[in-house]
Amino acid sequence: MRNAFADELTKLAKEDHRVVMLSGDIGNRLFDGFRVAHAERFFNCGVAEANMMGVAAGMAMSGLRPIAYTITPFVTTRCLEQIRVDVCYHEAPVIIVAVGAGLSYAGLGPTHHSCEDISFLRSIPNMVVICPGDAWEVRAALRAALGQDRPVYIRMGKKGEPLVHDGIPADFAIGRAITVEEGRDVCLLSTGNMLPETIEVAQQLKENGMSPKVVSFHTVKPLDDVCLEKAFKEFRLVATIEEHSLIGGLGGAVAEWVVDNAITPLKFLRFGTKDAFFKMSGEQKFAREQLGLTSRQIAGRILDALA
Amino acid sequence: MPQSGSAIATLSEVSVDCAMNASAKIKTVDVAALKDVAARLRGKVIEMSHRAQTAHLASSLSCCDIVTAAYWHACRIGSDRPSDPMRDRFILSKGHAASTLYAALAFKGFYPIELLESFCKNGGLLAEHPPANLLPGVEAATGSLGHGLPIGIGMALAARLRGERNRVYALLSDGECNEGSVWEAAMFAAAQVLENVCVIVDYNKWQATARSNETLALAPLRDKWQAFGWDATEIDGHDIGALATLLANLPNGSGKPFAIIAHTVKGKGVSFMEDDNNWHYRAPTADEVVKAHKELGLI
Repeated sequence: MRNAFADELTKLAKEDHRVVMLSGDIGNRLFDGFRVAHAERFFNCGVAEANMMGVAAGMAMSGLRPIAYTITPFVTTRCLEQIRVDVCYHEAPVIIVAVGAGLSYAGLGPTHHSCEDISFLRSIPNMVVICPGDAWEVRAALRAALGQDRPVYIRMGKKGEPLVHDGIPADFAIGRAITVEEGRDVCLLSTGNMLPETIEVAQQLKENGMSPKVVSFHTVKPLDDVCLEKAFKEFRLVATIEEHSLIGGLGGAVAEWVVDNAITPLKFLRFGTKDAFFKMSGEQKFAREQLGLTSRQIAGRILDALA
Repeated sequence: MPQSGSAIATLSEVSVDCAMNASAKIKTVDVAALKDVAARLRGKVIEMSHRAQTAHLASSLSCCDIVTAAYWHACRIGSDRPSDPMRDRFILSKGHAASTLYAALAFKGFYPIELLESFCKNGGLLAEHPPANLLPGVEAATGSLGHGLPIGIGMALAARLRGERNRVYALLSDGECNEGSVWEAAMFAAAQVLENVCVIVDYNKWQATARSNETLALAPLRDKWQAFGWDATEIDGHDIGALATLLANLPNGSGKPFAIIAHTVKGKGVSFMEDDNNWHYRAPTADEVVKAHKELGLI
């Protein structure tokens, strides 16, 4: 996803002279293209994220469209107060782009995991939270974020994730979930980098005679009410799937939505990370397996629930 | 006043720079007029603190001369065009001194003076810390310390990208220099060679509950800013003429961002408040307001 981000940003900066890029000393060589094309609009802000976010807010207040970028925990919880006060309170149109969401950097340990950021950021007024499902959605999200005039958080995976779409989804809009596969009995709502895994879940459900619908629920705030209404009305089971804590992520947001809309779900499952730091060494795939987030484990739980 | 000798030396250097800097408009400082404004500001913030029974009066009083020198002499900010992109930016990073900013903006005509009567009232626009996107002339919502300088640096970089020459002033408290974000910002501004950025530290030697230098080791504060890549000077923060000259002369020719360590007295202007940190939280009684106004020569 990060290569698509850097590439799309370089293109967008050519079209839109308000675009400036702020990096928290990350992305070795990743922004070479941007730096060659727009040297004066690239700022390496160093390992000083609180300052970087404040600077981004000041730039946005002066009419620029800054993108603040570094590894997920450092561009979210590390500088949460600057996001809350400088960006959101001022409604400054800063685009916060995080790389390595969830367990993308599993091997680096819990300092570099990020399974709480959606929860923190979606609770801040004026913030929009987008978790693209593949590299094409990253490009679309970036374009959509620049097309409006408010703070946005874009939560990316790392690199090399399987592509789900064939190109930039033409109907991409903030707050409108994308149906990836139609289905009749199980509705799988995936956000962020769990989309390829969710497609595998669907495959396994089909092999067991079910008809799953797969949704890339890329915007966690604002929620897509229409999509949720249909999901809970028309499907025997609704599942949220994310690489984020069950506290406050997509699953949390949808659970709140269900209660607030006085809906009694037939069956509602939430897949996400536990309320615990994942301390074992090992890569993302291993971490998912330990946390019950592989397609086989998710499909198994869904089949059990419907048995 | 510590190191006043060096402050004077720096001032004479400044006038040389000023003469050499063709772009700097040399405006005569009307010290008597500025002193009169500062006294009226002090009178107003004392009145506001009494009426609203709010804290931070002593912090508001220590920066009245700085705010006056900025708004009445140095900064190019017009109440008729508060959103002019070319305006200088003055950011009250020590947002707890909001009453001083509110009064200054009212005196300057950004909104009617009567609005000050609604300070901290239910349903009003003037909360205890400056709000975002609500009042003309308030550049940034502050109150959480350590935020104003990074925001100001963002504004300065935006100006530079556009080729504009406007300047950014951030007024910090000494307690605020406890915050790591101040020093992150200091290093970043130096790396970006932002000579249009000026920090004024209202160095009143107190923070909320203790002497600032007994809390964290701030001293030597000028050396710190210099070590972080800034041009820095120390000054009597109540010498309104010297403040006005220094603030107006930005960029000052050093090629660096500029830090003014302004030695001030918390509660300045009222004998029974000066350097008494109880006035960080206490609000004056009606009698004390009268006494204070007499001392300020307002009645």
